[in-house]
Amino acid sequence: MKPNNKLFALLLALVMVLSLAACGGSADTSAAGGSEPAEEAGEPAGEGGEAAGAEGNFRTLDEIQESGVINIGVFSDKSPFGYVDENGDYQGYDVYFANRIGEDLGVEVNFVSTEAASRIEYLQTGKVDIILANFTVTAERAEEVDFALPYMNVALGVVSPEDAVIESLDDIGSDDEVIVISGTTAETYLEKNEPDIKLQKYDAYAEAKTALENGNGVAWANDNTEVTAFAIENPGFVVGIPSLGSADTIAPAVTKGNATLLDWLNGEIEALGQEQFFHEDYEATLLDTYGADYEDTLVVEGGVTAAN
Amino acid sequence: MQSLGLDVLFKGKNLIRLLGGLWVAVRISLFSVTISIALGLVLGVLATGRSRAFKAVFRVYLEIVRIMPQMVLLFVVYFGTTRVFGWDLSAEVSAVIVFSFWGAAEMGDLVRGALVSIPRIQYESAEALGLSDGQVYRYVILPQTVRRLIPLSINLITRMIKTTNLVIMIGMVEVLKVAQQIIEANRRSSPNAAFGLFAVVLLLYFAICWPISRLAGYLEKRWA
Repeated sequence: MKPNNKLFALLLALVMVLSLAACGGSADTSAAGGSEPAEEAGEPAGEGGEAAGAEGNFRTLDEIQESGVINIGVFSDKSPFGYVDENGDYQGYDVYFANRIGEDLGVEVNFVSTEAASRIEYLQTGKVDIILANFTVTAERAEEVDFALPYMNVALGVVSPEDAVIESLDDIGSDDEVIVISGTTAETYLEKNEPDIKLQKYDAYAEAKTALENGNGVAWANDNTEVTAFAIENPGFVVGIPSLGSADTIAPAVTKGNATLLDWLNGEIEALGQEQFFHEDYEATLLDTYGADYEDTLVVEGGVTAAN
Repeated sequence: MQSLGLDVLFKGKNLIRLLGGLWVAVRISLFSVTISIALGLVLGVLATGRSRAFKAVFRVYLEIVRIMPQMVLLFVVYFGTTRVFGWDLSAEVSAVIVFSFWGAAEMGDLVRGALVSIPRIQYESAEALGLSDGQVYRYVILPQTVRRLIPLSINLITRMIKTTNLVIMIGMVEVLKVAQQIIEANRRSSPNAAFGLFAVVLLLYFAICWPISRLAGYLEKRWA
């Protein structure tokens, strides 16, 4: 057998044809996705050289309006903030806001389903214009993306049985253990600021909830949205401490350097504050889960938080 | 205990959405498997040839595919190409490229293995009959190879189909994602829906993979 050059040429041709064919069959990235809340700091496996940088990888406000479509990354399985209802429509607190953005910009909203771990990557590559996926503002993330004004508060909360309510951290005895979930902001906060409190750590939400029900710990500390939902769904438990430690916020994020879109968003959030838009949003999407009591705790109007 | 929560399947368009998600998975698999088999056959034949350079390149390619998790490849192709080259590949194209890249390498290696397993004497006898290189492959070696390949490639194909759910990470909504969405949207009204829905997803994957296994069994028998 001679070295078969013809066959090799054929292979090359085939590779080229097939790769062309593959590129031809373009299809829309439809939307969906999303998972865990804020935790894991984005930055997945972006091998793609840093050198090329994110500069210019975004669409300005004018370009978005010209195209008539804005791409907004949301969660698609984090009810009640971003989820898909039985008719296949996106719903939730984040989505309600996203729809309003589309309306006020005069463009259609194309929802892109994101996962917690890919949110930053989506912005840095300009594959979405805005991330509205329950994105907690942190200093590390602010180096990668630009956050607009906040539209929701998130803080820690502590839930405990109603016959032994923990209303302040001083109520926790020296032998008492507090349940936390590993890797959450609650764990980090308590370890750093209250080293005397003994922690009982679990990996899964289900385990932590069962442990609390079984009385393994005196209380469970977590994001206040989570513990509140737990107290509402499980009679006999109350949230004794609704807000603890550093109050974090949730805000829309845009690609770093996209000043036109960022300025517009900030203006929009301020303007929406005038009409109490986020209260309306809360009442439409979160009221069923959280009840009216938490409206003022969770909602940030006009980008103005209690902290500043 | 409550029911399995299967009633959520019949709420609104849930069932259609789930099947739509299945179609996304099947579509990606169809493209990828077809390309993988075509390229894999060619690569495998070349890998048994004389060109050392080609063998070396193929070796490196195969190792890359073995070492890199498909998830990383997806991120590299979907996000990386945008960062480095400014290409804006759609999620579906990225997925097909990644799964074909993977499938072609493994398929190529399977083909190489199957070809090597054909006894030397088959080549020599065929050549002795005066067949050209092309004819040796076309009429003697390939038919035997293909028969040996069937069970091996079915394993690869079903594995590829099941791995397509990674496309969730690049924003595509396939069957598993739709199931998660339905479960989450109904968590309060049917807390047990997770079990029922995942069971349905299992059945759907089975419905796709089982006929392929059956077809393979049939072909193996027919060509034996």
